[in-house]
Amino acid sequence: MDIISLLSQPWHWSISGLMIAGVMFLLLYFGGAFGVSSNLRVMCSLAGAGKRTEFFRFDWKSQIWNLIFILGAVIGGYIASHYLASPDPVIISEATQNHLSSIGITTPQSLSQGTGYVPHEIFTLTGEHSLRNWLMLIIGGFLIGFGTRWAGGCTSGHAISGLANLQLPSLIAVIGFFIGGLLVTWIVLPLILS
Amino acid sequence: MKQLKFLFAGILFGIVMTKSEAISWFRIQEMFRFESFHMYGIIGTAVVIGVIGVYLLKRFSVTSIDGQALMLKQKEFSVARYLLGGTIFGLGWAITGACPGPLFTLLGHGIWSILVVILSAIFGTYIYGILRSKLPH
Repeated sequence: MDIISLLSQPWHWSISGLMIAGVMFLLLYFGGAFGVSSNLRVMCSLAGAGKRTEFFRFDWKSQIWNLIFILGAVIGGYIASHYLASPDPVIISEATQNHLSSIGITTPQSLSQGTGYVPHEIFTLTGEHSLRNWLMLIIGGFLIGFGTRWAGGCTSGHAISGLANLQLPSLIAVIGFFIGGLLVTWIVLPLILS
Repeated sequence: MKQLKFLFAGILFGIVMTKSEAISWFRIQEMFRFESFHMYGIIGTAVVIGVIGVYLLKRFSVTSIDGQALMLKQKEFSVARYLLGGTIFGLGWAITGACPGPLFTLLGHGIWSILVVILSAIFGTYIYGILRSKLPH
C-alpha cells in the first residue's frame, strides 16, 4: 500500500490524538498557542467592532498568526477532501445510527450518499426543512461564538491546551461543554428533528 | 515570511481534523450518546501526551523559536464563567456538530452552509463583547 492510500484511511484515535498534541506543541514552539475560538474575537476587531465596544479594542495585530493558522485549517480541509479522501464515509456505531434514523437522520452507507461529515437533513438550506435548518445553524453558531468567548476557549483551548496544562478552570469548562452537549443530544435534537 | 510556519501548522491541523473524523457531526452525536470510544480516545490521547509534554517543557524551561517563554498562561479561577459559558458552547457544539476548529476545516471541504455557522459565531462573539460587563465572570 502506498503512503497516500495509507494516509487516506481514517486514522486510529491514538494517531489522531498524538497528532493533535503535536499541533499544540508546534504552535507553542512557534510562539503561539492552540486556541481556535480566539479568532472569532479577532475577526470582530478586524471588522471594526472596537469602535463601539471596549472588549474588541485590543492588540489584535499580535494575533494575526492565529488567523493564518485557521486559514491553513481551511486549506488542510481542502487538501484532505481532494487528495486524502477516505474510501468510505464515516462509520459510526450501530446504536447511534439506529437512534439517528429514529429521529429522521440517515447515516451515509456509501460515498454516493455522503461523506458522513454533516447530515444533509440539517445542512441543506433549501427545500422542505429550510427554515428549521437556517434557524439551527444560525442559533448553533451564535451559541458557539457567545459561549466560547464567555468561557474563554473551546475544545482546543480548554479540553486540549488547558487540560494539558492542568488548569482547573478548563476542567470546569469541559464539564460545561458536556452539560450543553448532553442536553441537546438527548432532549433538544430528538424534539426538534422528529 | 515569519507567519508561513503558522500556515503549515494550520494545514496539518485541517488534515488531522479530517482524518480523525473529529469534523463529523455524526461522531459528535456518537460521543454525546456515549456509544463509541473514538472521540474520547482522540481527546484522551491528546491530553495525556499534552500533560507529559507540557510538564517536560516547563521542567526544562524550553523557550519558543524566538527565545520567548512559551504561552502557557494560568487561567484565572472562576466557576460561573467557565460553567455557564461552557454550557452555552456545548449546546451549539451538539447542534452544529462542529467546534471552532472543524468549522474552518469544513469550509475547506466545500460544505458551504457551514459559512452560516461561522458568520453567526462571529456575531455571537460580538454580542458577548457588548454584554460582557453584565455577565458573571
